[in-house]
Amino acid sequence: MLEPSILTASLVHGLANGAVYALVALGLSLVYGVLHIINFAHGALLMAALYAVYFLVDRAGLDPYAAIPILVPAAGAAGYVLHRWVVAKASRGREEAVLLVTLGIALVLENLALALFRSDTRTIETGWAFAMVAVGPALLPAAKLAAAAGALVAVALLWALVRATDLGRAIRAVAKDREAARLVGIDVEHVFALAFAIGTATLGAAACLLLPTYYVSPQVGHGFVLIAFTIVVLGGMGSFWGAFWGGLLIGVVESLGGLFLGESLGQIGIFAIFIATLLLRPTGLFGRAV
Amino acid sequence: MRPLAPIGLFALLALPLPWLTGSGTVLNLATMVLMLATLGQAWNLLGGMAGQFSFGHAAFFGTGAYATAIVQIRLGLDAWTGFAAAVVAAVAMGALVGFASFRFRLRGSYFALVTLAFAEVARILANSLEVTGAGVGLLLPLAPGLDRLQFADKAGYYWFALVLCTAGLLIAARIRDTRLGARLAAVRENEEAARALGVVAFAVKMQAIVWSAGLAGAVGAFYTQLFLYLDPHIAFGPQVSVEALLGPIVGGTGSIWGPLLGAAVLQLLGEVTRALTGGVTGANLVAYGIVLVLIVRFFPDGMIGLGRPRALDARGVSG
Repeated sequence: MLEPSILTASLVHGLANGAVYALVALGLSLVYGVLHIINFAHGALLMAALYAVYFLVDRAGLDPYAAIPILVPAAGAAGYVLHRWVVAKASRGREEAVLLVTLGIALVLENLALALFRSDTRTIETGWAFAMVAVGPALLPAAKLAAAAGALVAVALLWALVRATDLGRAIRAVAKDREAARLVGIDVEHVFALAFAIGTATLGAAACLLLPTYYVSPQVGHGFVLIAFTIVVLGGMGSFWGAFWGGLLIGVVESLGGLFLGESLGQIGIFAIFIATLLLRPTGLFGRAV
Repeated sequence: MRPLAPIGLFALLALPLPWLTGSGTVLNLATMVLMLATLGQAWNLLGGMAGQFSFGHAAFFGTGAYATAIVQIRLGLDAWTGFAAAVVAAVAMGALVGFASFRFRLRGSYFALVTLAFAEVARILANSLEVTGAGVGLLLPLAPGLDRLQFADKAGYYWFALVLCTAGLLIAARIRDTRLGARLAAVRENEEAARALGVVAFAVKMQAIVWSAGLAGAVGAFYTQLFLYLDPHIAFGPQVSVEALLGPIVGGTGSIWGPLLGAAVLQLLGEVTRALTGGVTGANLVAYGIVLVLIVRFFPDGMIGLGRPRALDARGVSG
């Protein structure tokens, strides 16, 4: 019989993973909310960011958390360039074209990584890798707890950025009505690219938080991209808090699925939620009617 | 029948290739082109003709591939029955995905996402179930013979692929030239307008996905016969879904010849990249990704649209 303590431990693990999932999903959701595009390259961009952290730690001897102030602006800049000069130029706003262009970017990034770094799974060595912290009945690696805490801070900062800055106001204006935003003097193309840049910048932060308890390989993005899509769809495309609560929920579902169904089949709960949400409530739990 | 002559000519011209070339490499390449052209054609029936972009054609390919393997290995039946079972199973899978998606009027990006999710569910199930051999996969015993649909030499597989590719072209031409094709085009261009004119969008999209899935399942069965080995990643992995849509997008979705042209161009590009990089893994897919972005940017109608006047986009701007 299942002991309650195992269940609680599994819940805590799920919530800790879910906080990072929420951060990854928020980047995707923000891009959807503003640009109304689905970025298939989100997972591949996370993979690229993970490699960047890996090399900063492995070659430059940096602490993964010290890499955050380097990687966030760098990932943001890369995202800006990528959107302004590749995605926007190639797709000209057509929905299918955006899917295909971001798919093309994902193909290039993933296979470039495969060609350059081979398919090896890489992990970083940190002095505190085996430090454990007790959270209720659960014994969590300290790095996992730090990742969850860091993700929550990043989510709060993101919220403040969207709510309380001029850029945030411009982003929300463009999300609501791009023509009206243009009329009041907002440089819409610039804001589009900035929204995309914020999306990739969150991936930079997520990569620094993830790597100490995770690994990097050319395919590492696949798992995340589907989880992130599920969260975004579940929470409601473009909904900030939807993506946040969705992230926590999916973290728990994955953890419990793994507990009851095993590592491989446990993933199925996530996709069942994904398909059911798409079919029954495509606006998500928190989303407005489309 | 106007369009059948070019297809017949194509089949006739392609037929003697094994006698003309002694090179196994050329024959392998041609077989791969025909196989991927047929998979692309399957995608084209739904994505090109009906405008429903699937990112999960692996679900149909893999269902067909596993169905024929299971019928032969677990039930001990012959490969022809396996092939028929592959098509039937893939059609059922197509009907399931189509019913779920179209019933709830998913389209555009949402349809792309849900097809992707179905393919992932299929991959996880294949990875977990006993009947599919779980993560180990399934191995078909080597036993050349027409009843086993296995051939001792490469030419047999080439002709097998040619039959499939020709069948795909005939299906595509037939759909395009009948009312179904006109209705699909109407749904693709403007679903609301098509509905207003009396087109039952759900019914015509269901027909498109069933044909598409059946053909993709046949290609899956061919794959099993050719390589005699399957695992969940080979059958249901995202790379299959990507391969299915790359050819038609690059070649041109508006034409029945687009998928074949795209498959040929991509395979040749893959060979060239391999030669240039000395066979670095992934280099060919890097090239595919770049070509995909460039095609969408500069030739939204695909390579086959090169000779035609450029269509206007939403803003009324050419190219």
